[in-house]
Amino acid sequence: MTALKKVLIVDDDPDILDQVEHVLKANGYEVHAIDTAAQAEEFLTAHQPDLAIVDLMMEQMDSGFVLCHQIKRLYPNMPIIMLTAVRAATGLGFDAKTPEAKSWIKADCVLDKPVRSEELMNSVRKLLQA
Amino acid sequence: MDTLNILVVDDEPGMVSGIERVLRDMTVVLPDVNTEVSFRVQTAATGEDALELVRTEAPDILLLDHKLPGVSGLDVLEELSTLKVNTLTIMITAYASLETAVTAIKCGAYDFLAKPFTPGELKATVRKAVQTLIHAREARNLAKERRQVRFQFISVLAHELKTPLAAVEGYLDIIRNRSAGDDPSVYDKMIERCSIRLEGMRKMILDLLDMTRIESGQKKRELVDVDLTVIAQKSMESIANQALARNINIALHAEKPVHLLADQNEIEIIFNNLISNAVKYNRDDGRVDINITELPDDQIKISVADTGIGITKEDIGHLFNDFVRIKNSSTRNILGSGLGLSIVKKIAYFYDGTVSVDSEWGKGSTFTVILTRKTPENEKISPNP
Repeated sequence: MTALKKVLIVDDDPDILDQVEHVLKANGYEVHAIDTAAQAEEFLTAHQPDLAIVDLMMEQMDSGFVLCHQIKRLYPNMPIIMLTAVRAATGLGFDAKTPEAKSWIKADCVLDKPVRSEELMNSVRKLLQA
Repeated sequence: MDTLNILVVDDEPGMVSGIERVLRDMTVVLPDVNTEVSFRVQTAATGEDALELVRTEAPDILLLDHKLPGVSGLDVLEELSTLKVNTLTIMITAYASLETAVTAIKCGAYDFLAKPFTPGELKATVRKAVQTLIHAREARNLAKERRQVRFQFISVLAHELKTPLAAVEGYLDIIRNRSAGDDPSVYDKMIERCSIRLEGMRKMILDLLDMTRIESGQKKRELVDVDLTVIAQKSMESIANQALARNINIALHAEKPVHLLADQNEIEIIFNNLISNAVKYNRDDGRVDINITELPDDQIKISVADTGIGITKEDIGHLFNDFVRIKNSSTRNILGSGLGLSIVKKIAYFYDGTVSVDSEWGKGSTFTVILTRKTPENEKISPNP
């Protein structure tokens, strides 16, 4: 039996954190749930999860973007999913699809909140296979 | 330094060059909007030429002779009104007849100058037009700024309302698909969290309504004589259960009734927000002390001190802005709209008042509201917040 894949979740909303944790655990992942970008940074200096799921607006408006940059600097190959309500709420369009966007958004995929469990799990599986 | 375009239209060459000379050297200083205005002068001898110039680039000010060969001054004025431009027209009338002036003003002219006029009269008339123009421009800019602020506010609001909605929808998705396993107590807890988030949304909507009423000025303020200590008591009672659950002791310190001519509802909002914050951001078994004291100069000081988690120096700076909630691990389970203190600040403004905070991280915070009693001596119209 292989070791469980480790997933780091960072979100300042305790309920979203709780939900993503439930869904991932039910699907057989080991989960580290952290509620601030600052604590996530600290955690990452000592641990290397297999994948990170990161909220955008936490302590600062752009905490998620900054955290993604830091993750990729430490572990360039760690896949990151950005989970945010910002796009749908403000009509601000951004994704991680075009080369231009990839140059500054260090997440491998961006999902809108609320995210359905299957949609999230599809992205998690796809990124962990790649 | 602003430059305004003036078009001078007259069929008498002497008149045109005379006006041109006066305007070229003229500047208008507007200290209230901190600007100085000079002019770029264009000229035309006929109505036809004038119309062509107006169509290519509408001037800010048009000095227009009434009596022109061919297309008349009034014709130009009429054409101008269909162009939807912000040009101010000063009509030059050959005879100082009231009738011509009235017709011109009716057709949309801003002012008129009667020939013969002195350079001084010309300058005074132009100066008046410049003031009107610049002030109208400032008003337009202000309206545009307000629209932008409004847009930002709505964007943030949408996000703040979507966040709890996403939390509730997320739980419903898990509950519907039973994707958290077989233990029913897990689902019960999720349903409880949904209720809490919905309650938070309700509170935010109520706060928003308070704020809209205050900001629009549409809510009729009913100023009556109120006793602040009585309102504070009422507010304490409404929060008592919440405080009791966490063994937080709330005490009111006021030696005697403190009267103020005020809108009861506004004062209730102040106390409700400050006291509920003091309870929410307190530690279990903590204290809340409310002091109401009279200061000299008809001022009243309300202070609400807690023994809670405190606020860092960096966070204090933006504490009173809309939708600001201090986010850290100690506050993550505390619900709030982020509007309470912003509303308190806006209300304090109505009473020529201020709101301030003194806080030490980990020790507690004291919020102080100073309100001014309106007396015949200090009576004045409050500016809009």
